Amino acid sequence: MSQPQTLFEKVWNSHIVAQEPDSPAVLYIDLHLVHEVTSPQAFTGLRQRGLKVRRPEKTVATMDHSIPTHDPSLPILDQLAAKQIQQMETNAREFGIRLYGMNSPHRGIVHVIGPDLGLTQPGMTIVCGDSHTSTHGAFGALAFGIGTSEVEMVLASQCLLQRKPKTYEVRVDGQLGKGVSSKDIILALIAKIGVGGGTGHVIEYRGSTIRALSMEGRMTICNMSIEGGARAGMIAPDDATFEYIAGREFAPKGEAWDKAVARWRTLPTDDGAPFDKSITINANDLVPMITYGTHPGMGMPITDRVPDPDRLNDPSQKMALAKALNYMGLQPGQSLLGQSIDVVFIGSCTNSRISDLRLAASLMKDRKVAPGLRVMVVPGSQDVKKQAEAEGLDKVFKEAGAEWREAGCSLCIAMNGDQLQPGQYAVSTSNRNFEGRQGPGGRTFLASPLTAAAAAITGKIIDVRTLLN
Amino acid sequence: MAQFTTLTSRLVPLPVNDVDTDQIIPARFLKATDKNGMGDNLFADWRCNADGSPKPDFVLNDPKYRGAQILLAGDNFGCGSSREHAPWALTGYGFRAVISTSFADIFRNNALKNGLLPIIVDAQTHSDLLDLVEESPQAEVAVDLASQTVTLPGGKKVDFPIDGFSKTCLLKGTDELGYLMGFEEKIQAYEASHS
Repeated sequence: MSQPQTLFEKVWNSHIVAQEPDSPAVLYIDLHLVHEVTSPQAFTGLRQRGLKVRRPEKTVATMDHSIPTHDPSLPILDQLAAKQIQQMETNAREFGIRLYGMNSPHRGIVHVIGPDLGLTQPGMTIVCGDSHTSTHGAFGALAFGIGTSEVEMVLASQCLLQRKPKTYEVRVDGQLGKGVSSKDIILALIAKIGVGGGTGHVIEYRGSTIRALSMEGRMTICNMSIEGGARAGMIAPDDATFEYIAGREFAPKGEAWDKAVARWRTLPTDDGAPFDKSITINANDLVPMITYGTHPGMGMPITDRVPDPDRLNDPSQKMALAKALNYMGLQPGQSLLGQSIDVVFIGSCTNSRISDLRLAASLMKDRKVAPGLRVMVVPGSQDVKKQAEAEGLDKVFKEAGAEWREAGCSLCIAMNGDQLQPGQYAVSTSNRNFEGRQGPGGRTFLASPLTAAAAAITGKIIDVRTLLN
Repeated sequence: MAQFTTLTSRLVPLPVNDVDTDQIIPARFLKATDKNGMGDNLFADWRCNADGSPKPDFVLNDPKYRGAQILLAGDNFGCGSSREHAPWALTGYGFRAVISTSFADIFRNNALKNGLLPIIVDAQTHSDLLDLVEESPQAEVAVDLASQTVTLPGGKKVDFPIDGFSKTCLLKGTDELGYLMGFEEKIQAYEASHS
C-alpha cells in the first residue's frame, strides 16, 4: 500500500516532469497568470532568445498594479504606467496571450479574476510574478509567486525548476465569534509564527473552522500565507469548492465536470499523512485583530496594548519593534482603540471580493463616513464591481460618503496614484503594512473589512463588536 | 546567468530584521519595462528624504562603506513581494553577496538567478561579523563559493550552505532557461500523458 500523502504532495508529485539527482524538480505549470509590472523584462528575454510562449492557452494576462482606479474614460497621466500598460498589450498581442485589458469587462486584480473566471481549479499548479499567488491555494491548487526570470522560464517552457518545500499543518478548530472573520484568523496566525515562520514550507490550513469558511474567506487566508513567509498556502477542495467553481466560464462542463470532480475528490490529505511542522489555533479564542507595526507579524487582538520594546530580550527584535513604533508614531503600552485615522481602504487581493464588500456595506448602510476621513472602496475586479452594483452596494458606500472606484490593486501597493500622504494613518483591508507601502511616510493598520468599515464610520480604530449588538 | 566564484570585499552592516522588498526597492520604481537604473533607487526611502537629499544616518550614505560589495543584513532578508527588481537594485548598486541568518524564499531564488549570492550564517557568526565591521570598517572578508567558505581577517573560515545545483549554476554561470529547455522531450511526454 502506498504511503499516505498530503494534499501538497499529491499535487507536487503529479506535476513532476523530471527529477535529476541533487537537482530541483522540473515542475509542470498548469496556469500562468501574468500582469504588467513583473513581466516586461521576461518578454524582452524571450525576444532576445527568439523564443515563443510555449503554451499561450495556459497563460492569462491582465493589468492591475499600475492602472488608475478613477473614471476609465480619463487618460492615464503617469507616462511610465501608461507605457507599461501599453507594453503589456503589445506583449500579449505579439505572443498570442489572452489579455483582460483596460477595456475588458473581466479586468481586475489577477488573484481575483482567476477564481472569478473559473481558471483556478483544484489540483493545478499555478504561478504568477506576484507573491500573493498563494491566494489560489484556497482551491487546493499549488500556487506560488515567482520572480521575473522564472516568469520567462514558464513562458518559454511551461515548467519551473523547484526544490521541494516542506509541509506545515495549520489547524484551526472552533467557532468564530461575532465580528471575527477569516482575516482575523490569518493575522492571528502570522502574529504567532512571525513573518519568517513559514519560510521553506507550504502551509495546509485544516480543521473545522476552515471547512466552515466560504471560498472567499479561504482565499483571504491563503492570500496572506506569504506574509508568514510560506511558499504557498493550500486548503483541500470540498463541496464548497466545487459549488463555487461550477458554471464559471472556464470550469469544465458536462461529462468533463463529473470527471474533474471525481479527480478533485482524491486530492485531500490522506489520514495519517505526516507534516514537517504543525500548529493549532483555537478559533473560539480569536477576536478582531489589528497590526500596530511595520510588518504583518506585528499584529494583536484589537483590545490589546502596543507591546513595549523594553520587555523584549532579543536585541534585534527590540530594535525592530522600537524602529516600527517610531515609524508608526505609537507609544509602547498604548491602546489602539480610539486612535484617529485619515484614510480607510477596502480592497486588494486579500479583501476585495463580493463577500468582503457585503460585510463592509452591512455596517456602513444608513451611516455616514466620519467627517474629514477619506474612504476608498476598490472592488477586486470589474465583475465584482458589476455584482456589487447589482446588489446596490455601491449606493450604500456612496451615500455614506465613500469613494466607489474602478477595479485594481490601488492603495494596497500605491503604484497608480492612489496613495497616503506622509504621516497619514490608514486602516486597510490589504496585506502589507511595510514602511511606505501605501505611499512614502504613510502608516498602515491592517484589519478585516468589518473593522475597516467600523473605522470608516467612526474615524477611529474601534472594536467592531461594539457596533454589532 | 551572472557568474559567482570568489569575492573579497568589505561589509556594509544593515542589522535590521525582516527587511522587505518594498524597502529594497519601493513599488513606485517598478514601472520600468527594463532592468536599468534600479541601483539608483536601492533603499530609496531609507537613503533619501522626500526632496531627494541623502539621509546622513543611513549606512549607504556613510562614506566609509562606499564601494563595499557585501551587505550584512538581519534575519529573514527580502521578505514580502516577489519583485526581482530587489536583486536588480542590489546588483545594480554594486552588491554581489548578502550575508544573513535567513532569507525569504522568493528573494533567495531571485538573487541566485542574478549572480547575487545569499550567504546564510549562524547567529554567532552573524554577531561576530557585526562586531568586526564595527571595530574595523575597512576589514575585508573573502567569499569562496567553490569551498562554501567565508574567510575572516584573522584567517578563520566559516562554512555556509548552498544546494549543489545553485552552486554549480553560479560557478559556471549556467543559463537555467537553457538547461530547462533541455528537457523538451520530457516536457512533451508529460503533456502527451496529461492532455
